[in-house]
Amino acid sequence: MSTVGTTAPQAVVASSEPSAAGTPWLLSAPALMLFVGVLVIPLAMTVMLSFHDWGQYKGIEPVFILKNWREIASDPYYAEMFWRTFRIALLATAITAVLGAPEAYILNRMSGRWKGFFMLLILGPLLISVVARTLGWALLFGGNNGLVNKLLISLGLINAPLPFMFTETGIVVALAHVMMPFMVLSVWVALQRVDPQIENAAMSLGAGAFTIIRRIILPQIMPGVLSGAIIVFSLSASAFATPAIIGGRRLKVAATLAYDEFLNTLNWPLGAAVAVLLLVALALIVVGSNALIERRYAEVFR
Amino acid sequence: MSFLELEHVAKQFGSQTVVDDFSLAVRKGEFISFLGPSGCGKTTTLQMIAGFLEPSRGAIRLEGHDLTAVHPARRGLGVVFQSYALFPHMTVAENVAFGLEMRRVPRSQRAERVAAALAMVGLAGYEARYPRRMSGGQQQRVALARALVIQPSVLLLDEPLSNLDAKLREEMQIELRQIQRTLGTTTILVTHDQNEAMSLSDRIVVMSQGRIEQIGTPQETYERPASAFVSQFLGKTNDFAATVDRTANPARLVAGSWQAPAPVAVAGPVTISLRPERISFADVGLAARIVSRIFQGNHWLFQCETECGPALVVRQNDGKPQPAEGEAVRLAWRLEDMSVRSSGGAA
Ligand SMILES: Nc1ncnc2c1ncn2[C@@H]1O[C@H](COP(=O)(O)OP(=O)(O)OP(=O)(O)O)[C@@H](O)[C@H]1O
Ligand SMILES: [Mg+2]
Repeated sequence: MSTVGTTAPQAVVASSEPSAAGTPWLLSAPALMLFVGVLVIPLAMTVMLSFHDWGQYKGIEPVFILKNWREIASDPYYAEMFWRTFRIALLATAITAVLGAPEAYILNRMSGRWKGFFMLLILGPLLISVVARTLGWALLFGGNNGLVNKLLISLGLINAPLPFMFTETGIVVALAHVMMPFMVLSVWVALQRVDPQIENAAMSLGAGAFTIIRRIILPQIMPGVLSGAIIVFSLSASAFATPAIIGGRRLKVAATLAYDEFLNTLNWPLGAAVAVLLLVALALIVVGSNALIERRYAEVFR
Repeated sequence: MSFLELEHVAKQFGSQTVVDDFSLAVRKGEFISFLGPSGCGKTTTLQMIAGFLEPSRGAIRLEGHDLTAVHPARRGLGVVFQSYALFPHMTVAENVAFGLEMRRVPRSQRAERVAAALAMVGLAGYEARYPRRMSGGQQQRVALARALVIQPSVLLLDEPLSNLDAKLREEMQIELRQIQRTLGTTTILVTHDQNEAMSLSDRIVVMSQGRIEQIGTPQETYERPASAFVSQFLGKTNDFAATVDRTANPARLVAGSWQAPAPVAVAGPVTISLRPERISFADVGLAARIVSRIFQGNHWLFQCETECGPALVVRQNDGKPQPAEGEAVRLAWRLEDMSVRSSGGAA
């Protein structure tokens, strides 16, 4: 190109090029600065922090050692805690999927007025503060004085209160409750893309109600269920308030443990290591499953 | 006995009557069109036959058996929807095979019949495609193959061609008619396109506001419309206000400077209706002036201003010179080409 072109146009091109290439950067500079300032820098500092040393008396020492990571890798307490975190998140996800998908389907078939009302009910958990909602569960199931427990005992259906507080079951149920809207909305969006006549089409070809759900509707809303599952799983695995209130000090998950290390033990480097590990594990799971879903459903949707 | 019978069928949504007193007898192998403006209840009627809606009143019978008692999945009717309603997560072959699968047709036989159905609609070789990767016309063919492969007793088509562009629509019309002729499947087509109804059907059911206006062959409905609605809806119509002169003997029908012996049945102010292509330019007749003339290739379109209001005239392009814009002309027509009805009463 340079051999063909004369010098004059080339000079023009050369002088205008840097500004043309720089314009997109210039325009996105404010957002980029915000992104770097509030996300990248703190994250990098947290990663750095996880390699620092810490002692009861000497505090944090800015050195580069693998002590915290070695501790997490060798102490089975951490393995158990991470396993528990993901087990709870997985169960909560499963519950929201099994209950949320039919819920969205039913909601979608309702007529206008009822649809609005039930949509509000489903979104309800999101409108109430986590603390108030979780304490509500505690009021219902907390030990002998819990409302439901009292009722069931006085009815003679059980003779000891149902264990809920400080149990994994309790955390799973409470998390599933909070996360339900994300699943319902995600499936609902998928249902909007389903042709309203498609069930009639399947019916005219001889399919019964169950076959229609299994063979026609479910495969079409599966991407919605899966993306809802990714949201619910990652929010549940990193949830703090619900496991903190219902799990108490005994039942630790990754988020509550990191919090403890930071604010109670004051072992910031160890807390940072736990937080970074949770972040990396979640990122890998989310990115991995997202790629899988996209590959699996690429043919069908666009 | 007719093949498919609808007897005084009606459908109400709440207090709103959407279809009323709909009676129709369809012969085996017949191609019927439901024709009418938007919202006149065509889809509703079709869906009652398919079983997606239950009639509020009346009976639907297929070969003498009450169809309303049969679950839609067991009626064995083929339905093609306006949106095609293909299963997006299945390949073309899986889509077409679905109905056979539901009927527990053995796998080996299934593949054969799917291939035959796809070949019939000109889609051989598309088995492994997904519907989203196909054009509208191709999707339409898949939907048709899917409905036909189960060898339905009746084929129900709800505006299957309305999403296609004009040229493709014409091609599909010809193809649809050919396939229907070959298979001999009794077919009901819903459309609001009068040309489509005319070119495809054995008989047309013209509907308006949930009621049948006329049932007849395309020629009958066009040549002898039963009501003003039908004549307006099926092609263009000229209406001239006219009077009956009883003082003359015999009585004469007078429209401006055009006159003829009056038919016996009419009196008072009347309306003359006639098709634009039945009017010719003559030496005597209704005085008119050409407002505009439009060349359409095989014919000319003349917009005229007459003594009795505006008129549309269509003349074949036979190579002879035609009147120019602004020219004064006289319009005439044969008596058997016009219909006369009294202006006061409901026509
Ligand atoms: N589920 C329903 N509830 C209430 N009214 C309805 C319902 N379905 C249809 N209608 C009304 O019934 C009338 C006829 O509807 P239908 O769909 O049969 O019309 P159509 O002739 O098919 O029109 P188009 O050519 O626009 O498809 C319309 O006025 C419509 O508003
Ligand atoms: Mg319709």
